[in-house]
Amino acid sequence: MNAPGTWQFCVRLLHRQLLLAVRRPIEISNPLVFFAMVVALFPLGLGPALDNLSGFAPGVLWIIALLSNLLTSDAVFRSDFEDGSLEQLLLSPQPLYLSVLAYIGAHWLMTGVLLAMVSPVFGLMLNLPAQALGTLVASLLLGTAVLSLLGGIGAALTVGLKRGGMLISLLILPLYMPVLIFGSAAVQGAVSGIPAEPYLAILGAMLCLAIALAPLAMAAGLRISIDA
Amino acid sequence: MWSLFHKLGSPPWLYAISGAILRWLLPITLIALAVGLVWGLLFTPADFRQGNSYRIIYIHVPAAVVALAGYYIMAVAGAVNLIWRMKMADVAMKAAAPIGAAFTFLALFTGAVWGKPTWGAWWVWDARVTSMLILLFLYLGVMALYEAFDNKEAAGKACAVLSLVGMVNIPIIYKSVDWWYSLHQPASIKLTGESTIDSSMLYPLLLMIMVFYALFTCCLLLNMRAELLQRESRTQWVKRLAAEEGVV
Repeated sequence: MNAPGTWQFCVRLLHRQLLLAVRRPIEISNPLVFFAMVVALFPLGLGPALDNLSGFAPGVLWIIALLSNLLTSDAVFRSDFEDGSLEQLLLSPQPLYLSVLAYIGAHWLMTGVLLAMVSPVFGLMLNLPAQALGTLVASLLLGTAVLSLLGGIGAALTVGLKRGGMLISLLILPLYMPVLIFGSAAVQGAVSGIPAEPYLAILGAMLCLAIALAPLAMAAGLRISIDA
Repeated sequence: MWSLFHKLGSPPWLYAISGAILRWLLPITLIALAVGLVWGLLFTPADFRQGNSYRIIYIHVPAAVVALAGYYIMAVAGAVNLIWRMKMADVAMKAAAPIGAAFTFLALFTGAVWGKPTWGAWWVWDARVTSMLILLFLYLGVMALYEAFDNKEAAGKACAVLSLVGMVNIPIIYKSVDWWYSLHQPASIKLTGESTIDSSMLYPLLLMIMVFYALFTCCLLLNMRAELLQRESRTQWVKRLAAEEGVV
């Protein structure tokens, strides 16, 4: 049997991850339901005045997206670590750098992209002005990709630990902060009529940097976790 | 050169040499600390706008400088451990984390004390305050990750990866919060060009910065020695040392 080429291998890996996710639809919908529930918390906590809500909406939506990304990051490698397929992946001749990108790509498609797609609905619920909705989707698309890559680093480092859940948030929340700043600034800008493109461009630059460097850290983290 | 490299990997040698360094570095540091504190707190002129409250600068600025440098020391030690598998670098990294966190906390605490009379609030969400807070979180993350592993060798490597990731992120965090919101005054001391601080205040400040570096080094060496004894507690040289000290 011929070994698949690297590109083919990554596509198959991505396909496998997506298939695994689609077969457990509840896990795909969980982050979305979480998103909806936390959105409902804010009017309850801050009061239902629409003017207040629209002021908070960009930051609130971004923080919730960040948290739902964080909560799902922990599971990126866990089931494959537990059933041993991660170990096989490390032993395979395929470059780990690209394999982890396939994992993260699947995670991003299943959480970040879906969140970005439904976010206009929640934006309207929080009285976010309609002209900012496009920017909200664009910033979430770019930003959640960075978040998934950073979260993957935390997941790779903690995958071998029994209690990873709380620890992973301690490790990667500080790294999430720049993304939050520019993501919510882009939406805030769109609300007040300032061009949001510079912020989106910075998010894009962060994404380029993260795509280049984060897989290195993830690959190193996975090797350490498997050795431990 | 290579012999030094090999010696650095030997715990008894490191224990002995760090003891020799501490024997003169520790007293000098403590004396210089006393001199710097008395000079800065008593013998410098009062600031014409902030009065005497500015004097906390002699603790605040050195602590902040060393807290940031400490992170780089920790990350570089981690990198040395990852690349050359030097156990002593791992000891240094583990020892640096709590000290760096303590200096960061000291900088934040003195900043809060200083902020109350000058800005009118204990805590202000200013760019640099926020980035120091994030630095504290990064330190705490490294410490938490180290404790979470049962296998200490893996713990060292995982923390090394995490601190290197943090090192790439520190400039980004710093720049982004700077852009986000800034109230803090810009740096007064510049390596090139005119400093915006009077020399009667600058010299004690420079002394205090050097003292804090020395203090960091002393704490680091003391912490490393404790860690070494703990790790090597089953070896001959530690047992011999304990017998000489009459501990066992």
